[in-house]
Amino acid sequence: MAIDRSRPPGVGADPAFRFPSIVRHSLSNGLDLRTVEHRAVPVVTIVVQVEGGSGADPSHQEGLAAITADMVDEGTGSLSAIDVSDAIARLGAEYDVDVGADVTTFSLTTLARFAERGMSLLADLVIRPSLREADFQRVRQLRLDRLRQLKDVAPAVAERAFLRLVYGEHPYGHLAIGTDSALRSLTVDDVAGFHLGRFVPLQSTVIVAGDMTHEEMRALAERVFGGWEDRPVPVAWGRASEIEPAQDAGVRLALVPREGAAQSELRIGHLSARRNTPDYPALLVMNSVLGGQFVSRVNLKLREEKGFTYGARTGFDWRRGRAPFSLSASVHTAATAEAIQDAHAELEGLRGSRPVISTELALAKASLTRGYPRNFETAGQVARGVAQLALYGLPDTYFQEFVPKVNAVSGDDVTRVAAAYLDPSRLTTLVVGDHQAVIDSLSRLFGNPVLMSPEV
Amino acid sequence: MTSIGLPFTKHTLANGLDVIVHESRQVPVVAVNIWYHVGSKNERPGRTGFAHLFEHLMFEGSEHHPAGYFPPLQQAGALLNGSTNTDRTNYWEVVPTSAIDLALWMESDRMGYLLPAVTPERFETQRDVVLNERRQNYENRPYGMAMMAISATLYPPEHPYHWMTIGASEDLRAMRLDDVQAFFRTYYHPANASLALAGDIETARAFDLAEQYFGELAPGPKPERVRASGSLTREHRLLLEDRIELPRVYMAWHSPPMFADGDAEMDLLADLLANGKTSRLYRTLVYERRIAVDVSAYQGSRELASYFLIAATAAPGQSLTDIASAIDAELQIVIDKGPSPAEMQRAAAQIEAHFLYRLQTVGGFGGKSDQLNAYNTYCGDPAYFSRDVARYQEATEERVRAAAARLLRFDARVLLSVVPHGREALALAGSDRIAVS
Repeated sequence: MAIDRSRPPGVGADPAFRFPSIVRHSLSNGLDLRTVEHRAVPVVTIVVQVEGGSGADPSHQEGLAAITADMVDEGTGSLSAIDVSDAIARLGAEYDVDVGADVTTFSLTTLARFAERGMSLLADLVIRPSLREADFQRVRQLRLDRLRQLKDVAPAVAERAFLRLVYGEHPYGHLAIGTDSALRSLTVDDVAGFHLGRFVPLQSTVIVAGDMTHEEMRALAERVFGGWEDRPVPVAWGRASEIEPAQDAGVRLALVPREGAAQSELRIGHLSARRNTPDYPALLVMNSVLGGQFVSRVNLKLREEKGFTYGARTGFDWRRGRAPFSLSASVHTAATAEAIQDAHAELEGLRGSRPVISTELALAKASLTRGYPRNFETAGQVARGVAQLALYGLPDTYFQEFVPKVNAVSGDDVTRVAAAYLDPSRLTTLVVGDHQAVIDSLSRLFGNPVLMSPEV
Repeated sequence: MTSIGLPFTKHTLANGLDVIVHESRQVPVVAVNIWYHVGSKNERPGRTGFAHLFEHLMFEGSEHHPAGYFPPLQQAGALLNGSTNTDRTNYWEVVPTSAIDLALWMESDRMGYLLPAVTPERFETQRDVVLNERRQNYENRPYGMAMMAISATLYPPEHPYHWMTIGASEDLRAMRLDDVQAFFRTYYHPANASLALAGDIETARAFDLAEQYFGELAPGPKPERVRASGSLTREHRLLLEDRIELPRVYMAWHSPPMFADGDAEMDLLADLLANGKTSRLYRTLVYERRIAVDVSAYQGSRELASYFLIAATAAPGQSLTDIASAIDAELQIVIDKGPSPAEMQRAAAQIEAHFLYRLQTVGGFGGKSDQLNAYNTYCGDPAYFSRDVARYQEATEERVRAAAARLLRFDARVLLSVVPHGREALALAGSDRIAVS
C-alpha cells in the first residue's frame, strides 16, 4: 500500500515512562547517599559531589578549587599518580572530574562486578589524596601552560572575558582554571587547606546508580564511605551564591583583539536568574524559543537565513546564585556588526514587539518534554541527574514533575519572564575578533568598545 | 568476563535497502539511523567538500515537506543530527516511540525525493554555513590546519584522502547546483544505504514500517568501489606556522585499513603509548622529563587506508627535536620488546569495559544503531560486533610488537612541526614550509 506523502504523519500520545526512583540513605557518619537501580547494562556509576567549586576560590587564589580537584588522582596511600592511573585502567573504569561554580563532582564508571574496587579507589582518592609537593609543582606547571595555550582558543578567551565582564570582582567572575598570577602564588599547603575545609562528609553527597539493588549499594557505600570522619570546617565558609552581584556590569561593548581572525567569537548577555527560581520552567521554554535548540529564533536568523555562522545559541550558565544568560556564536568576521544587530533585535523582540506565538510555544514545549525520557538511558546520565538535584536542593520527585511543569507554561508566562529576566539596556556585547577589520562598523553602531587582553 | 553481544535481525528490501533491527525496551525511544556509503573519498580534486555540503542540504527539506527537516521532528521531541567523514555519511533521529512513523516518513522522503526542495537560495546559504564551519573548526582553531598538511603529504593528489572532508574553500565556492543533482542520483538511494532501528520497537513491526516507508523508493546502481593507494618512500619533514604559544610535533604513518590485520593491534598500541598517565609516552614526556605538556596517539581507522598519528606539544622552552627523539626512543623499545604482560592485562580490562559501555545507548553517534550500521556498511554484516571484540581479545604481545615493527618505520613517515608565527627555527631540522589554506 502506497503511503500518504501529502503531509508528515502525526505523532501519538507520549509513551509512559517510569522515571528513576531515588532512595536516600544517611550513612553512619551522616553522609548523604542517594541510590538508583539501573539495570540495563552491568555497569555502575559512582559520583562524589563535594561542596565548593570555582566560586569557593578565595580572592587572589583563583584556580584553587580546580587544582585541588586535579590533585585528587595524583596519588593516595602508597599509590603514586602513575599507580592510580594504572588502577583505574585495570578496572576498565572511566574517571572524571567536573569543577562547577558551586560544587566539585568526581565520578567513576566501571563494570558492576568491580563496583567495590571502583568505589574504594574513588573514596581513597577523594578522602585521602597524597597532595605531594612534587606532584603539585608538576600539576600547577601543566595548568599554567594550559592557561597560556587558552589565550589562542577563541571560545575560551570569550568565556573568560565574559564572566569577568558580567560578574566583575564577584567570586563567580573567573574560569575554574583561574589566572596566571593566582596559580603562581598557590602552594601545596593552600591545596591541603582547601581539601581539609571542604572535603568533609557532611558537605558532600554520594550518588550510586547501576546494576545493583538499593541495599547492595547502601551496604557497599557504608563499608567504603562510612568511616570518612567528619571534622569541623575551619572557618564559616560563605557561599558564592549568597553574595549578590551587581546587576549591571556597566560595559556595553568590549573587544578582545585577535589579529587576522577568520571569525568573531561573540557573547551577548547579562546576569539573570537563579537556578532555583520557580520561573525555571518558563525560562527554559523562553530560552528554547530564542536560541536553546536548532529551530529557534537566533539560529534560524543567523545560520539558516543569513549564513553568518555554523550555529548560534542562547542559554543560562546555571548556578545557585544569579546566572548569566547569553547568546553565543562564532560569526564570519565580515558579518560581525550585522550579526550583533540581528542578535540584539531577537533578544528585544521576544520581550515585546514580537512575543512568542502559539506554534513556537508548542514547538519549544514539545522539544523539551517529549524526548525527556532519553536522558535516563545510562547509569552515568542517571547519576549525574541525581547529582544536579542534590546541588540545587530539588526534590526527588523532580523528574516526574518536569514534563507537567513545562507543559503548564503559557505564552503569557514566556512574555512575562522575558520582560523580567531579559533587559536589552543591560546587555554586554563581547567580540573576540580582528580589531582592524571590525572596529569601524562596531564603533559606528555601538560606540567605542572597551579593549581587553586575552588574559583578562 | 561479562558476555557482550549486540543481537539484531537483518533483512534486505527488494530495492536493496538493508534494514537492521535491535530491540531494547528500557526507555520509550527508538533510534533511527541511516548510513549512506558515500563520503569525501567519493569526491574528486576541484570538487572537494561536496559530500559534507550535501549532508547540510539533507536538512533543508524534501519534495513533500519542502520546509526544513528539523521542525516536525523537534516538535515530536526528537534529537537528530548527521555527519560526514571520508567514508560514509550518517543521519539519525532518536524519537519517542510514538513518533517512529514520522521519523521514517521524513527519512524516506529525503532519500527518495530530495531534489525538488533544493533551491539555489538554500544551496547558497548552506555553502556559507559550511564556509563558517570551516572557519570555526579549522582556520580559527589552534593547530586546526595540521591534519590538512599531514593528509596532503601522506596521500598523493589523486588519492581521496589527500584532502579533508571539510574541503577546500575555493572548491566550496566553485560548486554549482547541478553538482548536487548528479551526486544525489549516484549515491543517495536504497541500494547504497543501510537503515538501523534500535530501541523500543517490536522487530516484526519495525520491518513492516521499513517496508511501508522505504519499499516504494527506486533503487539505483551500486556505486563502484573507490580504489586508491599511496605509500611513503622517505621521511617528510614539514613546517606550519600558526597562532599558537607552544610548538607541537606530529608524526604520521600509513597503517592497515579498518578491520584489516594489524588495525586492532595499532589501536591497542596507541592506548599503551598515550592513554592515561600510566602510558609510556605520557609517563616519559609529560610526567618524568616534563618536556611536553600533552601527548596523544591515535589509530585513525578508515576504509581505504588508515593512519597512525602521534602528537606532542612542547613545554615552554623545550625543543621539538628533544621531544621527537624521546618519542623515537620509546617507539624503538616497543618495536624491540613489545608490550609487557601487565600492559596487555590492562588492555584486556579496558576492551571488555569499553565494548560494554558502547551498549548503553541505542542512538546518536556511536550508539547501538550507529554501530550496527557501521559493521553492515564496512563488513556487510552487523554481526561483526562479536568479531570486533574478538580481534582485540586475540591480539597478543607479539602481534602488537610485530605490527609496530612493520609499520612505524622512521624512514617512511611524515613529521610536522607546528610553530608560532615567525619562529621557524623551532621546527625540526630540515623541515619544508607547507602551504595550506
